[in-house]
Amino acid sequence: MKSLKIAAVVAGVFATAAVHAQALIKIDGSSTVFPVTEAVAEDFQKAKKGSVRVTVGISGTGGGFKKFCRGETDISDASRPILKKEMEDCAKAGIKYIELPVAFDALTVVVNPKNTFISQLTVAELKKMWEPAAQGKILKWKDVNPAWPDAPLKLFGPGADSGTFDYFTEAINGKSKSSRGDFTASEDDNVLVQGVSRDNNALGFFGFAYYDENKGKLKAVQIVNPKGKAVTPSIDAVMAGEYEPLARPIFIYVSAKSMDRPEIKEFVEFYLKNGAKLAKEVKYVPLGAADYKHALDNFSKKKTGTGFGGEAEVGVKVADLLKRNPKE
Amino acid sequence: MNAADPSTIRAVRAIIARAKRWDMFFAMLGILSLMVGVLTFSVLFLDMAIQGVPRLDLEFFTSFPSRRAANAGILSAWVGTVLVMLVTALAAVPLGVAAGVYLEEYAPKNWITDIIEINISNLAGIPSIVYGLLALGLFVYYFGFGQSILSAGLTLALLILPVIIVATREAIRAIPQSIHEGSYACGATTWQTVRDHILPYSSAGILTGVIIGMARAIGETAPIITIGALTFIAFLPTAPFSGEPPAGLFDWIFAPFTVMPIQMFNWTSRPEAAFTVNAAAAGFVLVFMTLAMNGLAIYVRYRLRKNIKW
Repeated sequence: MKSLKIAAVVAGVFATAAVHAQALIKIDGSSTVFPVTEAVAEDFQKAKKGSVRVTVGISGTGGGFKKFCRGETDISDASRPILKKEMEDCAKAGIKYIELPVAFDALTVVVNPKNTFISQLTVAELKKMWEPAAQGKILKWKDVNPAWPDAPLKLFGPGADSGTFDYFTEAINGKSKSSRGDFTASEDDNVLVQGVSRDNNALGFFGFAYYDENKGKLKAVQIVNPKGKAVTPSIDAVMAGEYEPLARPIFIYVSAKSMDRPEIKEFVEFYLKNGAKLAKEVKYVPLGAADYKHALDNFSKKKTGTGFGGEAEVGVKVADLLKRNPKE
Repeated sequence: MNAADPSTIRAVRAIIARAKRWDMFFAMLGILSLMVGVLTFSVLFLDMAIQGVPRLDLEFFTSFPSRRAANAGILSAWVGTVLVMLVTALAAVPLGVAAGVYLEEYAPKNWITDIIEINISNLAGIPSIVYGLLALGLFVYYFGFGQSILSAGLTLALLILPVIIVATREAIRAIPQSIHEGSYACGATTWQTVRDHILPYSSAGILTGVIIGMARAIGETAPIITIGALTFIAFLPTAPFSGEPPAGLFDWIFAPFTVMPIQMFNWTSRPEAAFTVNAAAAGFVLVFMTLAMNGLAIYVRYRLRKNIKW
């Protein structure tokens, strides 16, 4: 065992020497945020002509925070705010962080294009389909609404490990991860697209980008927002704050310690300045220009902590969130 | 009954005809069973090739991943795969061959050896993700190798170690006992026997085992993801003695990396259909790499076998 430790020390010396030879920014976390961060990383490296190296992993939001709170990464991609447990882990390791919203993802509810009787859905109707009590009971469309046909209701959704599932269940069923279990679940959204496009009686949900790419095969359902207006998911509707409650902000968390390194500071500034353009390019919904500016301001003032205080929350306006006094 | 009786002849012919029908039937069944595997693979491979091959050009091999499907390439992925395989081979071959030789030639026949043997066969059946978790704790954190090519190479080396050990033992057992006995009769020690006879004669079989193991390792994704291979990486490990300040000979083994299966996995989960084409192209390259390795194994075995004259 002693020789193992010596080997470890020697290897550690080697490793640090090698890794710090060149500026390296380590990012990990949510696969939902990945396309945006990847686009930023790609352009940033081009702009710096290769003098800074950026790596992006997809361990998932939870996995990303685990690494982040051990001090292994500089920036963590997150499709939901940091949770209490993760805040504690970070605090224990002395890791402080700045929470920055970077874009929106609009969860899109879709049905088969041959489905003629659905054009809009209320949250109550969605809840009736998806709540835990629906399991084994709500099996036909007419069970949800007697006006709908006597045809089997086939549900498709992301698996329980995804942030998309967490947010949808929180927004619709009122509690994160609380859902019926008898639906076709897949971590691969393309499987859900296939499923809904092949079954006339199907209904599913996933991120807007997947709907946008497959518009010909799917029909997006309008969601009745809290003001009673049925809204079609679109970039404009989300930016106007009308597509509620299924639009969610996505975040990056920047380690305060890493912020002292000039390349990290430059990268985050680059992210927030080019975020709108790049988010649109990868089919995500950008924040308003004022929000990016506000986020940049919070960043330069080093406002550490989370505006959510470790609680999941639906329908927060990004502008309000950025004004909050963050907790650590 | 007369042997020439036409009815008897007819009866015998009928029996023969029936037996032949069964023979045919079984042959057909065998061919069918064979085709299930072969055809499934062919269809999958063809489908992938039709989709992916038009995408293959020099740029695909020399570009980094990108958010634009048309510009994205597999440079960091194939370089990562090749380097990880190199580390895997350097670690697994000496260990595996030495272990195999020990078990065949030196190990006393007792219960400890039996337990070791049972464990080696067991190791071959352990799901690869378990190796990933072990490696995460041991290589990444305890030894502090980090999420590097070294960690990945060593993890895959552990994974294929049982394959190499078993192949080595099989190859040694295929050597006639008379070679052993002749060597010992001339007064050679075990080591001299191993060095001058056992290893040269078994090298063809060992090499086949090594390459089959490597072909398994090249497609592994789960353990590599566990130890933290990355998805987006747009630079290569520093080549020895390049850069400023100059990198050492082995600096690259601590570099962050990605490998082909991870690049494919990421592309298949993207919404844009153009990325699926990229994934198919990358898949074609990966299958081709595996086939090339297997082809090499067959060729080398053929060459080495020809040189063996008992």
